[in-house]
Amino acid sequence: MNDVLDVALRLVVVFAVFLVLPLVVGQTEHKVMAHMQGRLGPMHAGGFHGWAQLIADGVKFVQKEDVVPADADRRIFQLAPAVALLPYLLVLVVIPVGPGEGAVGQVVDAGIFFVLAVMGVGVLGSLMAGWASANKFSLLGGLRTAAQLLAYELPMLLAAASVAMAAGTVSLPGILDAFEWWWLPWQIVGALVFFVAGLAELQRPPFDMPVADSEIIFGAYTEYTGLRFALFLLAEYAGIVILCALTTVLFLGGWHGPFGADGLGWVWTLLKVAVLAFAVIWLRVSYPRLREDQLQRLAWTVLIPLALAQIALTGIVKVAID
Amino acid sequence: MSLAATAATATAAAERGFLSPTGVEITFVLVGLVTLGAAMVTVTTRQLVHAALWLVMALGGLAVEYLLLTAEFIAWVQVLIYIGSVVVLLLFGLMLTKAPIGRSPDADSGNRPVALAVALAAAAALVWVVVDAFRTTWIGLDGPAQGSTEVSGRFLFRNWVLPFEALSVLLLAALVGAIALSRKNGGAAKNGGAAKVDRTAKVDSAADEDSGTPGASGKEQR
Repeated sequence: MNDVLDVALRLVVVFAVFLVLPLVVGQTEHKVMAHMQGRLGPMHAGGFHGWAQLIADGVKFVQKEDVVPADADRRIFQLAPAVALLPYLLVLVVIPVGPGEGAVGQVVDAGIFFVLAVMGVGVLGSLMAGWASANKFSLLGGLRTAAQLLAYELPMLLAAASVAMAAGTVSLPGILDAFEWWWLPWQIVGALVFFVAGLAELQRPPFDMPVADSEIIFGAYTEYTGLRFALFLLAEYAGIVILCALTTVLFLGGWHGPFGADGLGWVWTLLKVAVLAFAVIWLRVSYPRLREDQLQRLAWTVLIPLALAQIALTGIVKVAID
Repeated sequence: MSLAATAATATAAAERGFLSPTGVEITFVLVGLVTLGAAMVTVTTRQLVHAALWLVMALGGLAVEYLLLTAEFIAWVQVLIYIGSVVVLLLFGLMLTKAPIGRSPDADSGNRPVALAVALAAAAALVWVVVDAFRTTWIGLDGPAQGSTEVSGRFLFRNWVLPFEALSVLLLAALVGAIALSRKNGGAAKNGGAAKVDRTAKVDSAADEDSGTPGASGKEQR
């Protein structure tokens, strides 16, 4: 009975984090973007600096009519948002926020593979949405999503494999246990490749070609309204949280910090995630969108060679140390 | 050898009856049925994209079966490679060719009986091999995981290095071959493109038949 209670409690906590953190990132994006552009951003909802803006948005989305286009493939159209969102919830379960068993939803032996595999499934949601909408803009968006995913999955995997080689394990808590501070300069190239490829996989600017509003409206999500649209947006922000958390765990030492790692490990994790999320928002405000051919060239001629070089470096150093 | 096998079978049968299945075994059979059903729908549905999505279901079911057999690493790799890459590639192809929403009447092939025969033969061979190889081997769920990443890696790189390397070379050859083919096509595309343009020009102005360069028309005749 105690076990059941333990599992239930962990799941509830993970679910709460899943609901809260993406909203926090979203609200931060509202405010940070606004201030970078010389505006104030939302100021009214909730009173203090518009803190409740996203909750108000959520209420608005729920009230909107749920429209399915007449020519659309109804069932796939309606299923797509769930396919896009649920994988991120599953990934969140295995990410360790602090040292020990208590700070991770569930220890998975092949954690890196689990995370990357399940995140790959999430993209199916965008493809389903793009095809089932019976809209040429949606179809183009879906195509671009697929092309982007095929290009950026490989560098992401290779960068993650480099860390796994360094740590000698593919379990996420295991990697953190093996972490030393000098891994940071050692794996920095891999970290950059991983983060950039992750951004591309999330279709965040500057890699937002699949949802480029000035060309194809909103890509695969063009036909969506109301709650289903909100779910896609939530998936994007959950994706930011997951990507930042993964980069933190794999490359930045997770709960390790200059001091206070024993009791306050989770604070370090959250701090690093927050800094990375800020960088994601910053890039959106400051960097122009990459063209489709530039996107593909970046993946195949820059990121993959860099990731392979990182793996070679990791191997050499690993052998030299042993 | 056969005596020992018989003895092992006897003890195994004595220890664990087939008539009192555990929860894991029941789950295994149920997931297997779902996987089989999804696979059947994949090959019988008339809607192309639905077939690809049912394939996701079938491959996912297979991953769950691997998990239940404690082969965690294999399960995640299955999801990563097959669902994350192969199906995405499939969907990419379907979208590129603008697969229609609804039934595709021309999606059926006349080779149905042949395909069925091949599928049944392959299934029979696989089932026979697996049954013959494992017979009544049981996986203890209480001890350390027998299919963990570490165990799989040890197996692969201690006992099966040669097949592993041979497979790597095979994949590398396929990779190089794909690049060579696409490069060759890339070179031919220039001529082919010229021929195509030439052809359109002919359609546009039928009288002007000698407009094409000799090289291009030679290509066309070939």
